[in-house]
Amino acid sequence: MVIRFDGVSKQYANTPKPALNSVDLAIDDGEFVFLVGSSGSGKSSLLRLLLREEIASEGVVSIDEVDLGLLHTRDVPALRRTMGIVFQDFRLLPNRTVYENVAFGMEVIGKSVEEIQTRVPEVLELVGLDDKESRLPNELSGGEQQRVALARAFVNHPRVLLADEPTGNLDPDTSVGIMKLLDRINRTGTTVLMATHDVAIVDQMRKRIVQLDGGNIVRDQERGMYGSMGR
Amino acid sequence: MRAGFISNEVKTGLRRNLTMTVALVVSVAVSLTLLGTALLMRAQVDRMKGYWYDKIEVSIFLCGNNSLAYTCTGAVTDAQRKAVKKKLTGLDPTVQDVFYESTADAYDRFKTQFKGSAIISSIEPDALPESFRVKLDNPANFDQVAEAVQSMQGVESVQDQRKLLDRFFQILTGLQSFAMAVAMAMLLVTILLVVNTVRVAAFARRRETSIMRSVGASNMTIRLPFILEAGVAAAGGAALASTTMILIKQFLIDGKLAPQWSVIAWVTWQDVLWIVPWIFIVGLSTAVGAASVSLSRYLRG
Repeated sequence: MVIRFDGVSKQYANTPKPALNSVDLAIDDGEFVFLVGSSGSGKSSLLRLLLREEIASEGVVSIDEVDLGLLHTRDVPALRRTMGIVFQDFRLLPNRTVYENVAFGMEVIGKSVEEIQTRVPEVLELVGLDDKESRLPNELSGGEQQRVALARAFVNHPRVLLADEPTGNLDPDTSVGIMKLLDRINRTGTTVLMATHDVAIVDQMRKRIVQLDGGNIVRDQERGMYGSMGR
Repeated sequence: MRAGFISNEVKTGLRRNLTMTVALVVSVAVSLTLLGTALLMRAQVDRMKGYWYDKIEVSIFLCGNNSLAYTCTGAVTDAQRKAVKKKLTGLDPTVQDVFYESTADAYDRFKTQFKGSAIISSIEPDALPESFRVKLDNPANFDQVAEAVQSMQGVESVQDQRKLLDRFFQILTGLQSFAMAVAMAMLLVTILLVVNTVRVAAFARRRETSIMRSVGASNMTIRLPFILEAGVAAAGGAALASTTMILIKQFLIDGKLAPQWSVIAWVTWQDVLWIVPWIFIVGLSTAVGAASVSLSRYLRG
C-alpha cells in the first residue's frame, strides 16, 4: 500500500466548512487515479496534504506506513524526493533552457554532474523534446512546456507523480499527448494521481476515478467515466 | 556539484540585484568604518593613557621670592625643603621616586624644551620655581600626596599632571562614544537594508524556491544562496572598511599627525590589525543574521 488517507479532515483557519471531511482512501503502488470534482471540492487540499505542504487537522495521511503528520520538518525534503509534481501553469524557469529546467530539479538535490548528464537527455527523449533542449520556455508551445514540466517532475524517478490539472491550459489534441505521456510514466511503475476537470480525458482513459464533493468522497470507481458521475 | 550550483546561484543573484547589492556594500562599508574608527579611538586613548600615566608626576612647587601663597614667607628655606623631602620619602610605597629640580635645572630643561623659540629670551634664569617631582606607584593616589604636603611651610602649590590629561581623554572618549553611536545607527540601517534586500530577492525568485521545495531540496540548499549573497556583500563592505582603516593609519596618522605631534604615542599597526577581524566579524554576523531572520519570515509557502 503506497498512499493511505484514514479519516482525514482538513480545516483551514477562518473558513466555516472543512476542505476535506473524514476522507478514507487507499492508493496502491503503480495505480493511475483521477481525482475529479468541482473547484473547491478538496482536490488541491488532498494533493497538498500528500506533499506535506499542509498537515491534516484530523486523521492520518500516510505513505508506506509513515504518518506524514508525525514527519519531522527536516525529513520533508526526503519525502518530496519520492514524488514529482506538475501544475496547470507548468512553472518553468523562463530564463533557463529546456535542458537547464530539467537539470535544475537534479541540481538542487545535489545530484552529480555525471548523473545529470546521463539522466536529463534520457528524460527529454522520453517526453519527445530531445531536439529542443536548448530552447527557452517562451519558444515552446503549451504542450511542449508541460512536457518539460513532466520531464522535470520525473527526472528523479519519483514513486508517485502528482498532477494538478496538467491539461487545464491545453487544447484537446495536445492534452491527449500529455495523457499518453502520463500513461507511459505510469507503466514504468510510477503511481499517478491526477486532479482534473477534463471530461473527455477521464472518459477516454478508463482509469480509477475518485470524486470529491464538498470535501467528501462521493464516488470511488474502477475504470470509471465522467458521464456516470451524476453531477 | 552542489557547491558549484550554489556559487552560480549567488553570482546570478548578486548580478540581477545589482543596485541593491551596491547599496548594501556601501552601507556596510560606512557603518563598519565608523565602528572601526570608534575602536581605533579607543585604542588611541588606551595607548596614550599607558604612555602618559607611566610618565606622570606630581609637581610640588616650592616658594620663591615673589610667591604669594599663605604657606610662603619669602623663598623656601633649607629646613623647609628638607622637611618636605622627608615627608615625601616617608610616603613610601605611594611615592616611588622623588627628584629635586632646582631653579637652574628648571631653566636648563626649559631651554632644551623650547629650543629655538623666542620665548626663552623673555624668561629670566631665576623666574622658574624650584620643585620636587614625585613619581607615584599609581597616578590615582595623587590626593594622598597633595594632602600631606599642601599645607607645609615652603610649599607654594601641588600640581597633578593627570588632571590635565584626563580632560583631554574625556574629549577623546566623548568623540569615541559619538562615533560608536553613529556606527550603531548605521548598523541598524544596514540590518533593515539586508532584511529588505533578501525580501526582494526571495520574492523575485519565488518560482525557483517553490520548485526547489517541491522537488525536495533541503532548506539549506534553498536558503544558502540568499545568505551567501548577503555575506558576500557584507564581506565586500568589510573589506572596504578595513582598507579605510589601513589608509587612515598610513596617511592620516603616520603621514600627517605623528610627525606633527611626536610626543604623543600613536596607535600602532598592531592596534589597526586587531580591529580588522572585528570589522569582518561584526559585518558578516550582522548580514548573515539579518538575512536568516528575513528568510524565515519571507520564504514560506
